Amino acid sequence: MTQSVVVQVGQCGNQVGCRFWDLALREHAHVNKVSLFTSDGGACGVGGRIQHLKARAVLVDMEEGVVNKILQGALREVFDSSQLLTDVSGSGNNWAVGHMMYGTAYREQIVDKLRKAAEHCDCLQCFFLIHSMGGGTGSGLGTRVLNLLKEEFPDVCRIVTAIYPSVEDDVITSPYNSILAMRELTEHADCVLPVENQSLVEIVNKIKHMSNDGKPGSVIKRDSTVISGQGGLSRTEKPFDAMNNIVANLLLNITSSARFEGSLNMDLNEISMNLVPFPRLHYLVPSLTPLYTLADVSIPSRRLDQMFSDAFSKDHQLIQADPKHSLYLACALIVRGNVQVSDLRRNIERLKPSLPFVSWNQEGWKTGLCSVPPVGHCHSLLALANNTCVKPTFMELRQRFTKLYRKKAHLHHYLHVDGMEQSFFSEAVNSLSSLIEEYHHLDATKGRLLPDAPRFGIAS
Amino acid sequence: MSVVNVQLGQCGNQVGHELFDILCSDAQEGKKEYSTVSRERFFHRTSHGELEARAVLVDMEPKVIRQSLSKAAKTGRWRYGEGSHFSQKQGSGNNWANGFCVHGPRLRDVVEEMVRREVERCDRLSGLMVIMSVAGGTGSGVGTYVTQCLRDTYPKSFIVNHLTWPYGTGEVIVQNYNSVLTLAHLYKLSDGILVHENDMVHRICSQLLNIKHISFCDVNSVIAQQLASILQPALTADSHGVYSRNPLGIDWQVHPCAGLERPRSLTGPSFNTSLANLLILRGKDVFSAETGGFEDPALYTSWLLPEAAFNLWKSPMPFKYEKSATLVSNSQALLRPLDNMVGKAWNMFASRAYVHQYVKFGISEEDFLDSFTSLEQVISSYSQLG
Repeated sequence: MTQSVVVQVGQCGNQVGCRFWDLALREHAHVNKVSLFTSDGGACGVGGRIQHLKARAVLVDMEEGVVNKILQGALREVFDSSQLLTDVSGSGNNWAVGHMMYGTAYREQIVDKLRKAAEHCDCLQCFFLIHSMGGGTGSGLGTRVLNLLKEEFPDVCRIVTAIYPSVEDDVITSPYNSILAMRELTEHADCVLPVENQSLVEIVNKIKHMSNDGKPGSVIKRDSTVISGQGGLSRTEKPFDAMNNIVANLLLNITSSARFEGSLNMDLNEISMNLVPFPRLHYLVPSLTPLYTLADVSIPSRRLDQMFSDAFSKDHQLIQADPKHSLYLACALIVRGNVQVSDLRRNIERLKPSLPFVSWNQEGWKTGLCSVPPVGHCHSLLALANNTCVKPTFMELRQRFTKLYRKKAHLHHYLHVDGMEQSFFSEAVNSLSSLIEEYHHLDATKGRLLPDAPRFGIAS
Repeated sequence: MSVVNVQLGQCGNQVGHELFDILCSDAQEGKKEYSTVSRERFFHRTSHGELEARAVLVDMEPKVIRQSLSKAAKTGRWRYGEGSHFSQKQGSGNNWANGFCVHGPRLRDVVEEMVRREVERCDRLSGLMVIMSVAGGTGSGVGTYVTQCLRDTYPKSFIVNHLTWPYGTGEVIVQNYNSVLTLAHLYKLSDGILVHENDMVHRICSQLLNIKHISFCDVNSVIAQQLASILQPALTADSHGVYSRNPLGIDWQVHPCAGLERPRSLTGPSFNTSLANLLILRGKDVFSAETGGFEDPALYTSWLLPEAAFNLWKSPMPFKYEKSATLVSNSQALLRPLDNMVGKAWNMFASRAYVHQYVKFGISEEDFLDSFTSLEQVISSYSQLG
């Protein structure tokens, strides 16, 4: 059994992280209750009965609010004070304050806490880093932690769940923060799972709308959707819980194979091996299905096929993107529940013609089957697509950055910070531009049938 | 004569388990002589009289081995030896280089010791069989490394590799790279490579067995069934009615695929030229069965006489069915899938996609090129058979 450690940084990272722990405990309790098999604590929890479970996590925030609330809430038992690191004054939405100032001041303490968490694992396989891209602590300190992970644990896989800000973000400096953070993610992460705030808002609204709609036959049980925290430890729902639950479900699904049995295991280190053909192009667009579960249990196999179709539709992506009209470099399907390999094969064959894949990876599918479904579902699917559809998101980010940067607005706040230089901005935006360029080159091959590379001839 | 099996990776361990289960229950039903020979070949008796498989189980993660061990123990008929399995906590991540360059050397001593113990338990060793997949990281990478070690330690023993060839789509994206590296190495190491294609077996499950929801269990059990039918005792032309002949001894690239025909138009009129065919008949009427069709000179390459290229083994003991026939064919049948696989891997290699993942563990671009070269040679040799 391998273990993973979750590192949650900043307000957003901690809120998402805590929803993850709540739902992970719910899943753990559920599975043990129905005694499908006995879980010995799984990938992320330390073994023991549920009230004795300790999360394999490190919580970092440069203000106290969110972490304190966690410690007063239902999850307090799960964390130990030695896993927490807080400050009082916050990063002022400034990447440089998080990355440079706090990063340097707390370096030793962070490394120490990471090492402690790692010592509790007998086979540490992966770090899951969760942070936002817009705020100062999340983007700045979060990416600093990423660098520390790479230095201290070079062989352990680093998967970053990064929450990208909406266009109408109330943090005015969020484009700066995002671009500066992007460079770190591109250079130091093994995989990045980008999630856009806007997509989460839309999914939540749609589910709420559908559940209030009340049309017979299409009634949604809200309790069984991905935005629900029903059955978790936390009784009261906080405003962002619904959105954060979606991201928490993403993490539950991606770790499912490490936590439960299945007929086709997908190890976490297989994700980057199969989905990352070129080192920098490691942004994997997640989509979750079913999102909008219908209450009527009609024809199961049709519903199963629908689940596969939905995974490729625009409104199931966790970023604002349309993978079907862009180019796939590779795609992973992580299926949970009572699904057979023949169901997988049938659906891949069915969907393949409508999905453009890069010419040298026409069969770029990686699949995993985990027999334990999420709570309240009979099956679920997480698709991770290495797809050029991330390009527009990155281009828009660059555009917003350029708008601010042209006027040098707010720049002085950054340049005041020790160690921060103006060249960081230009280097960061260059790094992003070259990333966009790489996606662009691949996009240009779309629809063109490249001739087979000439093979070696054998003299007879 | 006994065979020592090494089963590696998720696939190898699942197929291996199925295989032993079939071998054991088939031998139980058989006549005394048949059953004694089969038992001696694949099992040994412990001091408590229990049957223990002559097998070594290796995987980089413990889940599948744990399942195989407990499933075997639950049968009450046979089990795996206590100290004959080895697993680590972390898999090879579908990376051949990780299996071959990192995990392999690390577990070399342990595996060699386990194999040595099994070999010493055999009165007469007829060969070693390595069961693995070619697509993943552990089966393919570690499997290749272990085969290399076995070749070093047992330079004169017969080593056969059983390979499960991946589905065309949908398991591991880098499967063509892993397969190219595996096959190019095994080609130089192994005495015989038995291949099962998942796609073909899947078709057997859906079209011949009419299974609606095909699981890996179904696929593995068909593979094991066919493999067992090759390996169980049979009477050969020179065995004088005694079930003891070495069951292993087939040329490179054999393709057991009973009852299925491939498309007939690869090159010219002779559709599938064989170097050698082995037909195994089991059950009723085997001695009166008409097998002349298999000796048609048109089936074989011009420089071999059919009687030299065709072998027939028989056993009146029914195997699962009243009558059954298994064909092991060293022919052009694998040419097309091999050519496809090398072609896809080569296209990927042309844009250097994924190569950095291999370089990270010590497999260089030159290593890839060497492997491509040697497989192109194999393809060329087989296409010139016709």
